[in-house]
Amino acid sequence: MHPFQYQRAESAEQAVAAVAPNPAATFIAGGTSHVDLMKEDVHRPALLVDVSALPLREISAFEGGLRIGAGVSNTAAAYHADVQRRYPAVSEALLAGASMQIRNMATMAGNPLQRTRCPYFRDPTQACNKRQPGSGCAAIGGYNHVHALFGASAACIATHPSDLAVALSALDARVQTLGPRGPRTIAFPELHRLPGDTPHLDTVLAHGELITSIDLLAFTGRSHYLKVRERASYAYALVSCAVALEMSGGKLQRVRVALGGVAHKPWRLPAVEAMLAEQPPSEKLFRAAAQAAFADARPLKHNAYKVPMGRDLLVRALLETSGLRPLQGPAGTAFAASVGGVAGQLAAPR
Amino acid sequence: MPATGKPLDRVDGRLKVTGAARYTAEWDVPGLVYGAVVDSSIAHGTVQAIDVAAARNAPGVLAVLTHENAPRLQPLPDKVGETQFRGEGGITETRQPLQSAAIEYAGQPLAVVVADTYERARHAATLVRVTYAGQAPQLAMATASRKTLPETFLGNNKEKLQVTVGNPEAALAAAPVRLEAVYESAITHHNPLELLATIARWEKRDGADFLTLYDTTRALEVLQEVMATSLALPKESVHVICPFIGGAFGAKGWLYAPPLLTAMAARVVGRPVKIEWRRQDMFAVAGQRAATRQTLTLGATRDGRITALRHDTLTHSSQSSGFTEPCARVSRMLYAVPNMSFAHQLAHLHLPSPCPMRGPGETVGGWALECAIDELAAKLNLDPVELRLRNYAEKNPETGKPWSSKHLRECYARGRQLIGWDARNPQPRSMREGTQLIGYGMATTMYPAGRREAKARATLFADGRALVQSATHELGNGAYTVFRQISADALALPVERVRFELGDSSLPSAPTTGGSTTTATVGPAAQAAAQAVLEALKSLAGRDPASPLHGAAPEAIEAREGRLVLKSSPATGEEYGAILRRTKLPSLVATDGAKPGEEREKYSFYSFGAVFAQVRVDEASGTLRVARLCGVYDVGRLMNPKTAHSQIIGGMAMGLGATLMEATHYDARTGRAVVRNLADYHVPSMADTPDMQVEWLGIPDPHISELGARGIGEIGCVGTAAAITNAVFHATGRRLRSLPLTPDKLVNS
Ligand SMILES: Cc1cc2nc3c(=O)[nH]c(=O)nc-3n(C[C@H](O)[C@H](O)[C@H](O)COP(=O)(O)OP(=O)(O)OC[C@H]3O[C@@H](n4cnc5c(N)ncnc54)[C@H](O)[C@@H]3O)c2cc1C
Ligand code: SF4
Repeated sequence: MHPFQYQRAESAEQAVAAVAPNPAATFIAGGTSHVDLMKEDVHRPALLVDVSALPLREISAFEGGLRIGAGVSNTAAAYHADVQRRYPAVSEALLAGASMQIRNMATMAGNPLQRTRCPYFRDPTQACNKRQPGSGCAAIGGYNHVHALFGASAACIATHPSDLAVALSALDARVQTLGPRGPRTIAFPELHRLPGDTPHLDTVLAHGELITSIDLLAFTGRSHYLKVRERASYAYALVSCAVALEMSGGKLQRVRVALGGVAHKPWRLPAVEAMLAEQPPSEKLFRAAAQAAFADARPLKHNAYKVPMGRDLLVRALLETSGLRPLQGPAGTAFAASVGGVAGQLAAPR
Repeated sequence: MPATGKPLDRVDGRLKVTGAARYTAEWDVPGLVYGAVVDSSIAHGTVQAIDVAAARNAPGVLAVLTHENAPRLQPLPDKVGETQFRGEGGITETRQPLQSAAIEYAGQPLAVVVADTYERARHAATLVRVTYAGQAPQLAMATASRKTLPETFLGNNKEKLQVTVGNPEAALAAAPVRLEAVYESAITHHNPLELLATIARWEKRDGADFLTLYDTTRALEVLQEVMATSLALPKESVHVICPFIGGAFGAKGWLYAPPLLTAMAARVVGRPVKIEWRRQDMFAVAGQRAATRQTLTLGATRDGRITALRHDTLTHSSQSSGFTEPCARVSRMLYAVPNMSFAHQLAHLHLPSPCPMRGPGETVGGWALECAIDELAAKLNLDPVELRLRNYAEKNPETGKPWSSKHLRECYARGRQLIGWDARNPQPRSMREGTQLIGYGMATTMYPAGRREAKARATLFADGRALVQSATHELGNGAYTVFRQISADALALPVERVRFELGDSSLPSAPTTGGSTTTATVGPAAQAAAQAVLEALKSLAGRDPASPLHGAAPEAIEAREGRLVLKSSPATGEEYGAILRRTKLPSLVATDGAKPGEEREKYSFYSFGAVFAQVRVDEASGTLRVARLCGVYDVGRLMNPKTAHSQIIGGMAMGLGATLMEATHYDARTGRAVVRNLADYHVPSMADTPDMQVEWLGIPDPHISELGARGIGEIGCVGTAAAITNAVFHATGRRLRSLPLTPDKLVNS
């Protein structure tokens, strides 16, 4: 822990003005990610600008979709009736993540901006280009059980841990921001970056650029999120998958698929999406899509298990979203999202 | 109506849930300052230079201790009580902290920064710059250059680690059916909710140094002795206090760097110091269960008589501890096998020191044995329960001694009923539900029923209340509750009028809480003290002319419902308080003790049980869920079915965690623990633990003590892993011989 100043922002503009010119300043919202990393000496801000009290805590109708304020808690968003009904993948991703206590604090902007769970990133004694550019990457020759199959670089093989981000990517959500040079809109799949040789940058946001809302566009199709993890609850995804699809006349129309836990960002599968469009859904088709999806996976020493796991998960997510197989629990809940379900004999409540 | 045997609520439950129970880090000591520890980022080498200038000059910093300036410590004793400290098979890490520049594991404490606030200490700790002269660490058991064959576990001649009974080689060669399998288990960490913490305060008493320690210890007296020896003080000059422990599971007893560092820091700054360790540190200084590689070799006849059993273990310790996971503890006693051999090989690695962890040896050694038995049953085409019954040991197969009490057959029978064993299709991979394969498995569990010596003090007060005290520990196990019940019965008082105190080294002596011995050890001591104070009261009454009992011999008097009465005429008598009030005594005190006797030589004391599991495996995703877990236990007479139930289901949940998810990985190059937090090191969540069905036979052990009670702290943890692993075999037809059974191992590849 390092000494820091704390200040509560009165307005979005003031928050941006406080952080943008000061390289050692950061925003803080729920603090569930940022404070952990400060305690581990990974984040060392000199100034914390608290944005949690800004008037960004509403969920409202917006151009046929929903606008979710950056400061809305993960819990409030997950249980919002319109989110649960119209964008179940979002509720499922949120509710299958973290714990109730953390979701109560965590915000919709903070969640996709959490940092990687690469364990070396969290240990300041170890080489990590993401934490300290140029220091090397301890994970490449180390224990890389949770690391990337796709899009990694020689500088960093980390994955992005957010469940929510995977659902938002598949739904092509929009991120509204206010930066030092004014507002802008970022398509969610463009928000996160691949590591390249600058893995310390997770996203395209400029320093001091504040997320003000996450917008879910008008959508009448089905969406769904599935997650495999090492324990039945309260664990990050090993692999996850979000699907958003529209059907008509017994055929798939547009299909969007994103994988989580396999890359430095939610991993959209444009080739697979093209392969599925306009096709009648079938298990055979989905299996072919899954083969294609992982054709260029580059497994590391300890993460090859993600390939068969991810393939199956993709098939399962497509089967369940297209209605060829029932969901494991009520849509929009963690029961629908959790592969393997909970221990005990009880089936998930319906 | 006796209080023992009743499901009394935890007497400290309210204190705990309201936050009023005071844990070590919460003592409010005037003038307290705070220590933060700098640890080694390398596993092997030396500190070439340590630059503390920036830390020393940081705001609020009072001192920085390193190996260069820290007070010198005396070596640890060779033995404390019966427990061997040093050498191969000894229990603890013998290197004393900050005494040299040598580095033997990553995470080893290298400096302590003391400051006026916790935050300033932590910040200054990040400013210490260490320059290392690193050497290649040895991190793999197979290639370790220093491997030894420890002779005994903790110096106990009754627990030899290299044993041969009969002629296993010849029996194996002659066996018509042979099975050999290798089982591997991962390193796991105790990770109790409460972190390690110590507060140390030095003062002068009668001109001499006196040390008060508040420490998260379940070994008050051992710690007192370790501190006295290390700091060259008389034992009486060290006072250790710990009324509540937030879980230990084997940690918090046998590794002493944390309290020693705190005491050294307090000495240097001349003020009381607190060091509360962080979760990250728990993966380096709190102990661990070492990894094991166990080879099981079984020989049997075609009708399922096991004729030979070999159990060879390779495990590891640090450079300066000889602690050896005693994996053959179950194998050596469970089945009537005439020819057996057990070997334990210890590789000394550049990893942190292991120490006992719930069911040391039994949990992972029992897992390997009971999986091998399941494999043999499959090979012989026999029901796994039937194979166990055919090899049922009517006496201890190693020592030939009779059991003090054993009712394992009843456990098997009831367990198979509870789970519906006979309704399953015994064919592996034959049961499914949707995408999930269903499997049933079972295993035997056991735990040695130890008992040691303890003392207690009982005080009767003139207002009719009583207090019983002993220097034992409350780990969250229910000690306060159970000892209050036992004391109340022994004093013939209602539980509401009796208090029980523990957690203070100045109280009458009790041993370390460990090995599931506490109830059997301290219970009889509390009874003895109660008996002694009642005897004193009887003679007081008999001598008092104003007492209705005047003139009665003590043998003619008995205690009943808070009164002393004449045995021959129970209406004649009076309340305890009345006797004291009349004789103007505010209280009456007696101290007494109890220890096991020659019954220990005559009988073999064990608890037993049978665990049955039903699992669901989704091979496509690699997910495994425990659908049901049933355990039937033969653990003697229960003192409190409610706290017992909690102990046992807690143990089963811990066993479940070790089976499904718990593993610590050390980086294969640096030896640093890779994962050091509880978000990524997984212990079972509620969603992982089914509603566990627990039953016990409730048959008192006629030989262990008058109470008939055996300890139950660990038996729940043993057996669970094998039951689940065997159920995974039944579900999938696959033998997974490496713990934990995480999705990466289960997924179809
Ligand atoms: C034990 C544990 C388990 C978890 N498990 C999961 C899981 O399974 N799945 C999952 O997805 N997540 C999980 N999480 C992560 C959790 O979801 C995130 O910590 C949380 O969503 C972060 O939100 P926050 O508001 O607390 O962010 P903060 O910690 O406050 O901030 C995170 C980052 O976002 C920045 N920031 C915050 N608000 C804004 C804004 N408006 N504009 C620009 N930048 C901003 C901050 O500067 C900081 O860099 C877990 C966390 C913990 C501690
Ligand atoms: S994978 Fe990325 S985050 Fe992990 S150590 Fe390498 S650079 Fe750091």
